[in-house]
Amino acid sequence: MSRHFAPLAFVTVLLVALSSAAQAMTIEPIVSPSGIKAWLVREQATPLVALNFAFHGGSSQDSAEKSGTANLAADLLDEGAGDLDGRTFHQRLEDNAIELRFQVGRDSFFGSLRTLNEHRDEAFDLLGLALTKPRFDADAIERVRQQVLAGLRREQTNPDSLASKSWWQTAFPQHPYGRESSGTLQTVPTVTADDLRDHVRRVFARNELTISVVGDIDAASAGRLIDRAFGALPPKNDLKPVPATAPQGLGRRIVTQIDVPQAVVTFGGNGIERSDPDFMAAYIVNHILGGGTFSSRLYREVREKRGLAYGVHYSLVWFKNAAVVVGGTATRADRTVDAVAIIEKEIKRMAEDGPTADELAEAKAFLKGTYALSLDSSSKIAAQLSQIQIDNLGIDYIQRRDKLIDAVSIADARRVAKRLYGGGILVTIAGKPKGLASSDSVGGTAH
Amino acid sequence: MTLKFAALAAAAIVAASAIPAAAAGPEVADFKLDNGLELVVIPDHRVPVVTHMVWYKVGSADETPGKSGLAHFLEHLMFKGTAKHPPGEFSQVVAHAGGQENAFTSYDYTGYYQRVPSASLKTVMDFEADRMTGLTLTDALVLPEREVILEEQNQRVGNNPRARLSEQIEAALFLNHPYGKPVIGWRHEMEQLSREDAVAFYKRFYGPNNAIVVIAGDVDPQQALALAKDTYGKVARRTDIPPRVRPQEPPPVAVRSLTMADPRVEMPILQRDYLTPSFRTAKPGVSEALEVLAHILGSGNNSRLYEALVVDQKIAVSTGSHYDSGAVDDSRFTVYGGPREGVSLPQLETAVDGVIAAVAEKGVTDEELQRAKTRLIADAVYTHDSQASMARWYGSSLATGSTVADIESWPDRIHKVTADEVREAARQWLQKQRSVTGNLIKDTGPRS
Repeated sequence: MSRHFAPLAFVTVLLVALSSAAQAMTIEPIVSPSGIKAWLVREQATPLVALNFAFHGGSSQDSAEKSGTANLAADLLDEGAGDLDGRTFHQRLEDNAIELRFQVGRDSFFGSLRTLNEHRDEAFDLLGLALTKPRFDADAIERVRQQVLAGLRREQTNPDSLASKSWWQTAFPQHPYGRESSGTLQTVPTVTADDLRDHVRRVFARNELTISVVGDIDAASAGRLIDRAFGALPPKNDLKPVPATAPQGLGRRIVTQIDVPQAVVTFGGNGIERSDPDFMAAYIVNHILGGGTFSSRLYREVREKRGLAYGVHYSLVWFKNAAVVVGGTATRADRTVDAVAIIEKEIKRMAEDGPTADELAEAKAFLKGTYALSLDSSSKIAAQLSQIQIDNLGIDYIQRRDKLIDAVSIADARRVAKRLYGGGILVTIAGKPKGLASSDSVGGTAH
Repeated sequence: MTLKFAALAAAAIVAASAIPAAAAGPEVADFKLDNGLELVVIPDHRVPVVTHMVWYKVGSADETPGKSGLAHFLEHLMFKGTAKHPPGEFSQVVAHAGGQENAFTSYDYTGYYQRVPSASLKTVMDFEADRMTGLTLTDALVLPEREVILEEQNQRVGNNPRARLSEQIEAALFLNHPYGKPVIGWRHEMEQLSREDAVAFYKRFYGPNNAIVVIAGDVDPQQALALAKDTYGKVARRTDIPPRVRPQEPPPVAVRSLTMADPRVEMPILQRDYLTPSFRTAKPGVSEALEVLAHILGSGNNSRLYEALVVDQKIAVSTGSHYDSGAVDDSRFTVYGGPREGVSLPQLETAVDGVIAAVAEKGVTDEELQRAKTRLIADAVYTHDSQASMARWYGSSLATGSTVADIESWPDRIHKVTADEVREAARQWLQKQRSVTGNLIKDTGPRS
């Protein structure tokens, strides 16, 4: 890699026109002096810099016995690093109004930073310290461990958590995707400082690192700051392979009894990989069935017509090694059976008949028009660019997106609806639903 | 603080009222139409998108006794169509444009918004102006929606012991003022709400002279004004909108505490609310001092409560405080803590008392004061980055009695707060007889 900063040497600067808009946003691919790649959007209207980054890794790097390690590491990175103890580190952040957050997903370790321009050097230095020299002091580990355990104890009687955990555990038994990122009451107490250091050593590296910078900053300064934060990391990560998998238990229904007035339902089945050529068709079809705010079939049938629930949704979720479609609702105990039946019926109807041409046209219009709304602040742009990089969609994705949507025909939509929804669903319920019990096979959508 | 749909977190609304403007903020335009409607325009031309909100100066505190939940119920029913536009048409038009929409209700206001490409601004203004007075309701539409708000109540409160504790604390804190009723309503009253109730409430409170329209984003003020005249300007003024005179609180004299036991509580919680002035009811400088006090006491890992209870004494896993300045009448200052395993709530309460007493007696350091101000004022710059946050902040402030000038002077006023004023705020307002302390504990009795 070149030691010199040369962002424009092999770079095409892209003008990305947003849907129905004269305005444009420029995404510059840049390379730092030490060779770290990033995407930059210069945004001079607000005197701040927003940074989003992600390391490949995440909670799927945790072993079953030590699940919750990555999450604990994320919570501890700002609790002391280098010469700064936790208190001093937090004071430095607060004195300069710097926002620094770390978060763990199943496949990624995410970070975000927001700073006023005048404090950006300090901000990136603190980030660098947290990433390269986290202290993991004993008292900080205990403090944060107690906080995580408190959250896990609370979840034991929270119907939302119970329904969701039951779904993921059943769908992905013996696989890291079936485990909660925050770990369990049994595993979190066993995580040691060495486990945390090991996670950091294996995951925080300069390869498989995606960085997005948005703000009032030029390419040269951004490259310099990126090196201050990430330059000292090792060149290569050392990840455990995560096996490819698919959701299990389709056709099953599992009820967890808990005495609450409203039963919480999680449901879902096989999804579609982000790189699949049918992804966009699936995305549109699922929007029609269970996306949007007040427009989906499920919303109309469950809430609008029958008043069975306050909300119902269905979403595509994709990982590096599996993909699902998963949704939820919450409904009164004496009509949970109706709500589940309607959801199953609508999924089946979509699998068999697909959407109508009108629905397809409306969904396309929505999905094209709404994209600009996800790009109206520096932080949102940075988050969006990060996702595009993680999904490996290319720097011209925003430019191509409208065409990808337009290319989906009604025949595609019908074919993909069958493929997406034809495999049956796993339903998990927490509450006291009347007339519903756990069962190994349910009629309806299982084929 | 309830929403038609969970898309916009309730917390965001609370936070918005506490976020300042920076001196270097955008040029905000403020107009009044002949029919009494206020229009505020916050230009932001970075992306061709606008956030269009209408805020009605009516909320749950304006409900007739016995009709709790009505303001929020009407919010839901506002999506059921008008004489001109059948149910669902407005939402369909917003969706076709790629827009987002929702609505929310609080004690003092009810808001509706659309976020759309700027080319669709006129269209959504047309629809919003139409439903300002043109709503038509039938029982066939109203009754299923009553089931929906009952499910919403279950989801937000019934299934959530912490939310039920907050309801009980507020009901005990406000002896006389309707802020003691939950915005979502009491269930037995929600079950009886009718179409007639909703229509009467609508005719009483919804009109241009009781509304503020806030448009943030890619629009010029003069252009927005012309559009507003063309849409909202044609709606006739509603006569006889009653003034916002609610029964006020007597001076609080008794230390109150309550305990709620629930078998589902795995983690006990201590929450205390103090009756305090809001920005509107406070003497100059007092609300600002309370903002700074709330930050120093309970915001983040450098706060007094966190350092004392979580880091030093190791008796809590979580703690914090916040102050709600945005209210038409007297408001609340909240302090809470979650104990570590093995620590009792009385033990935690004693420690909380100690932290508050130390601030009231010895005051805060210059370093703490500076840190709090830096953070609060920087929040303004971060807020400027988001047109939706700007619109929420202006709308919620204006709907609770602030002016645009008040909002713009916020950083200055925060900047002027002295250490003495912070200590005085703690001494005067965080007195125990002004408060209700709630204990949420596990019910270990026999379970059904």
